[in-house]
Amino acid sequence: MNIIDRRPNPKGKSLANRQRFIERAKDEVKRSLVDALKRRKLGEAESGEKISIPTRGIREPNFQHARRGGNREYIVPGNKHFVVGDKIDRPRSGQGDGRGGKASNTDSGEQDSFEFVLSKEEFLDLFFDDLELPELVKTNLKETEATQLTRAGFSIDGSPANFNLRRTMRNSLARRISLNRPSPSQIAAIERQLEFARAADDYEAAAQSQHDLEWAQRRARRFAFIDPLDVRYNRFERLPKPVTQAVMFCLMDVSGSMTEAMKDLAKRFFLLLHVFLTKRYKHLDIVFIRHTSNAEEVDEDTFFHSRETGGTIVSTALEEMLRIVRDRYPPASWNIYAAQASDGDNFSEDGERCAQLLVNDLLPVSQYFAYIEVGADATLRHGFPSPPTDLWRTYAELAPLHANFALRRVAEPSQIFPVFHELFAKRRDRAA
Amino acid sequence: MMNLRPTALDAAGPALFQGSEWDFDKLRRVYDAIEEIAVGELGLDTYPNQIEVITSEQMLDAYASIGLPLMYRHWSFGKRFAREEALYRHGLMGLAYEIVINSNPCISYIMEENSMPMQTLVVAHAAFGHNHFFKNNYLFRQWTDAGGILDYLAFARDFIAHAEERHGVEAVERTLDAAHALMDHGVHRYAKPPKLNLEEERRREEERRLHFERHYDDIWRTTLFSEEKRDEDEVAAAKKRAEVRRQLRLPEENLLYFIEKRAPRLEPWQRELVRIVRHISQYFYPQKQTRLMNEGCATFVHYTIVNRLHEKGLISDGALLEILHSHTSVVCQPDFDDARYSGINPYALGFAMMRDIKRICTEPTDEDRDWFPDIAGNGDPYGTLRHAWANYRDESFILQYLSPRLIRDFRLFKIADIEGADTLQVNAIHDDRGYREIRAALARHYDLARHEPDIQVKDVDLAGDRCLVLSHAVHDGIMLDESQCEAVIDYIAELWRYGVRLEEVDAMSDKVIKTYEEPARR
Repeated sequence: MNIIDRRPNPKGKSLANRQRFIERAKDEVKRSLVDALKRRKLGEAESGEKISIPTRGIREPNFQHARRGGNREYIVPGNKHFVVGDKIDRPRSGQGDGRGGKASNTDSGEQDSFEFVLSKEEFLDLFFDDLELPELVKTNLKETEATQLTRAGFSIDGSPANFNLRRTMRNSLARRISLNRPSPSQIAAIERQLEFARAADDYEAAAQSQHDLEWAQRRARRFAFIDPLDVRYNRFERLPKPVTQAVMFCLMDVSGSMTEAMKDLAKRFFLLLHVFLTKRYKHLDIVFIRHTSNAEEVDEDTFFHSRETGGTIVSTALEEMLRIVRDRYPPASWNIYAAQASDGDNFSEDGERCAQLLVNDLLPVSQYFAYIEVGADATLRHGFPSPPTDLWRTYAELAPLHANFALRRVAEPSQIFPVFHELFAKRRDRAA
Repeated sequence: MMNLRPTALDAAGPALFQGSEWDFDKLRRVYDAIEEIAVGELGLDTYPNQIEVITSEQMLDAYASIGLPLMYRHWSFGKRFAREEALYRHGLMGLAYEIVINSNPCISYIMEENSMPMQTLVVAHAAFGHNHFFKNNYLFRQWTDAGGILDYLAFARDFIAHAEERHGVEAVERTLDAAHALMDHGVHRYAKPPKLNLEEERRREEERRLHFERHYDDIWRTTLFSEEKRDEDEVAAAKKRAEVRRQLRLPEENLLYFIEKRAPRLEPWQRELVRIVRHISQYFYPQKQTRLMNEGCATFVHYTIVNRLHEKGLISDGALLEILHSHTSVVCQPDFDDARYSGINPYALGFAMMRDIKRICTEPTDEDRDWFPDIAGNGDPYGTLRHAWANYRDESFILQYLSPRLIRDFRLFKIADIEGADTLQVNAIHDDRGYREIRAALARHYDLARHEPDIQVKDVDLAGDRCLVLSHAVHDGIMLDESQCEAVIDYIAELWRYGVRLEEVDAMSDKVIKTYEEPARR
C-alpha cells in the first residue's frame, strides 16, 4: 500500500479546458457580461463575475429517448396506500419530481441556462477584448531614455564577473587537442609504464618510457592548460528601451446641478476607464480632476466618493488640466488622454473660454479627448435631443473639426458599456 | 434503515486514533487494521492500493476529467468544471469524499478536509469495497484492463496534443465533439475487445500513417474507381448489396467502431481520435452497468468493516457515530412523494440488498427458503456475496436477488404510463401477486440495452451515394428526443462526410415511423 500526498501538486489542471470552454462560449459569455454589468455596483467592477449563459453553443447532444410519449413503466418506492388498479393523475409536465413518480431518470435533459463564475482576469479579458487606447503608438517612441542590458555574444576581455567558464573551457580543450598536449592521464599512464619497466628491470623499455615522460612533461609545460587566448567573457550591450508613457486625465463635474444618478453614471464610466487602463497599460498615470466653480486635483478615493457643492465653471477644470500638463507631463514625452464627464451645465459665458482652451491648448497636445454627457433625460436616447445643453452645443461645434475629440451622451447605466465600447473600439470611426 | 449495534463489551486494546485530525501515521495504522478485517474476515481480493491525498480544488479537477487522473484536453471538461465549481461554491453540492479509479494499482483519491473517522470510512469504502469489485466482477475482468488504462490515457493525451499541433485545435475539437456525441453508442456490448496494449496502439497508428503515405496517389484520388455497369440485373444488385452488408458485418451497433473502420473520408489521425473516444467509452461501460452493485458492495464493505473495527475496540464510539451519521445520509431513500426524491438511490438499494443477502444466508425465514432455496441458511454470507459481486451486473443481480422482504421494506410499486390514457395506473404493489412483476420491471430498468436507445447501422451504400442508414428500434412507442437527435445526426455527418439517414422503426411491426436526414458535407 502506498499513501501519496498529492496536495503540493500544481493545481489548476483544468485551466486549459476552462479556457477552451470560455473561448467556445465567448459570444454568449460576452452578451451576459454586458447584462451583468448593468446590475453591478461600482466597487465590484474589478472582481470576478458570476454569469449565466444559455446552453445553445455548448450543448453536448447524444441520442436520448424523448421524455414523453410511448408506454412506460416506473418502479417507485414509498407506497402509502395504493393498491393494484388505482389511478393516479398524471403529474403536470415539467414537474419531474414529487407526485406520481415521473422522475425515473434524473440526469437526462438539459438545463436552460448554465451558471458559472469567471475569475477577475477572465472577466477583464473578455470585457475589454476588442478595445484599445487610441493612438498610443504614435508618439510613444520619442521618449527612449531608459536603457536595458542585453546579451550580445562574447568578448575577449571583460570583468571577472562576466567570465564565461563554458566558452573558455571549450576553447582551451580545442587548443589542447590541436596542439597535442598530453593530458594528465596520459602522463600518468607513461609513469606507470616506467615504473613497470623498472620493476621488471627492462632497461631498454625504461629508457624509452623515461624519454616519453620527459617529452610529455616538457610539452605539458610549454602549452598551458588554459591560455589567455582561450578566455572569453559574456558581452552585454546597452540597448535603448522604448517606454510607453501615457497619462489619463479624468475630469468630472461634481457641482450641485449633478444629481446623484448623474454622478453615478459618470462614476461608472470612469470606473470602466480606470479598469481598462490599468489592465492594458503598465506605464500609465491617472490624474483625477473634479470641479465645481473651481477645480482641484484629488486622489482617486476623493474623486469618486466625496461630496461637493457649488456652481459650475467647466473651464476651471480645463485650466487645471493644462497647468498639470505643463508642470508634470510635457507633451513631448507623454501621451495624453482625457475624459470629461458632466451634465452639460455651464455658465453660458464660459463656453467660449472652454472652446478656446480646448482648441488652442489641450486638443493639440492630447491624443484623445472624450466628453461624456450624463443626464436622466429619456429623450436623449435617440440621436440629438431637443434642448442641447450649453456645453454640448459648444463641444458639438468642435467635434467635426478635430479627429481626436469625441462626445457621447449617456442616460442610463445600460448605455455606459456600449458608449465606452464605441469610444475605444479598435477600429474607431474617426469621423464620429 | 439503520440499526446501531450495541457497543461491544469485549473491546480489546486502545483505539487506533482519537479526535478528528488525521495524519499519515494514523492513516497507515487504520489501513492495516482495515486490511486485516477485509482480507481475513470478508475474504476480499484487491489490487494493490495507492491512496492519494488531494485538496478540494484538485477534487474538482478530478471531477471535471470524469474522474480519471490523466485526460486529454477538451472544452467539455472545462464546462463540467465550471458547473461543478459553481455548484460547490454556492454550497449546493458537497464534494464526494473520494474518487476511486479502476486501475492497477487501484488509485483512491481522498480529500484532505475529511476527518479521521471519514478517512477510515473512505479507505474501507474505496480502497477495499470498490477495489474488490473492480478486480473480481466479470464485466470489469472482461472489458477493462486495469493494468493498462493509465498508460493508454497517457498515450491518448499525447496523441491528441500532437494532433492539435499538427492539424490545429479547432479541427481536433470538431472530431472530438462529434465522437463524444456518439460515446454511448461506441461500445461493444457482446464481443470481447482485445486488450489494450500501448505498443500495439502506437504501432497501429504508425502503420496507418505509413500506409496512407505509401499509397497516396493523386490519380486514384481524382478519378472514378470503376464505371457502373448499367445493365446489371436488379436481383443480382440486391444480392450484391446483401453480400456487401455481410462483409461489412451489418447491422452494427457500435457506431464509433463502424465509423472508425468504414467512414470513407476520415483522415488517419481522425480515425485514431474516434478510436480513443471509443476505448474510453468502453472502459466506462462496465461501471454504467454495475453502479448499484458497485456502490452496494462498497457501502456494505465499509459498514461491516467499521462496525468490526468498533467491536475490536479500534475506533471510539464517537468516531463510529460520525461514520454512521454520514453512512445513513448516503443510504437514505426518500419516498416518491418526498421533495428530495430523485429516483431510486443506488447506494440505498444496493446496500439494502447486500445486507438482505447476508440475512438470508444467516437468518432465513420460510419465505426466503421458498424464494432462495440455494442460498437460504447456507451460513456463508460473505462467500455468497463474493460470488454475487463477481458474476452479476445490476440487471441480473436484481432479477436474482431482490427479495419480497426488501420490496416490502421499500414499499415498491409499479406504475404504468400508457400513451393516450388520462391517468397513470398502479399495476403492481408489494404483495404476493406483485413481487415478481416488480422485480422483473426493476431489473429491466437497470438494463442499459433498454435504457439507452437501440441504434444500429443498418445499411450503407458504398457503391452509390455512400449514404449511411441508421435505424432506431422503437420499443413501446418511445421515440428519440428530437432536438438532441438532430444535433447528433449533424455530428455523424461531420464524421461520415456523406449523407446520413436515421429511421425510427417500430420494433414489432418493422414500420418506419419517422426519418431524420442530413445531406452530404461538401
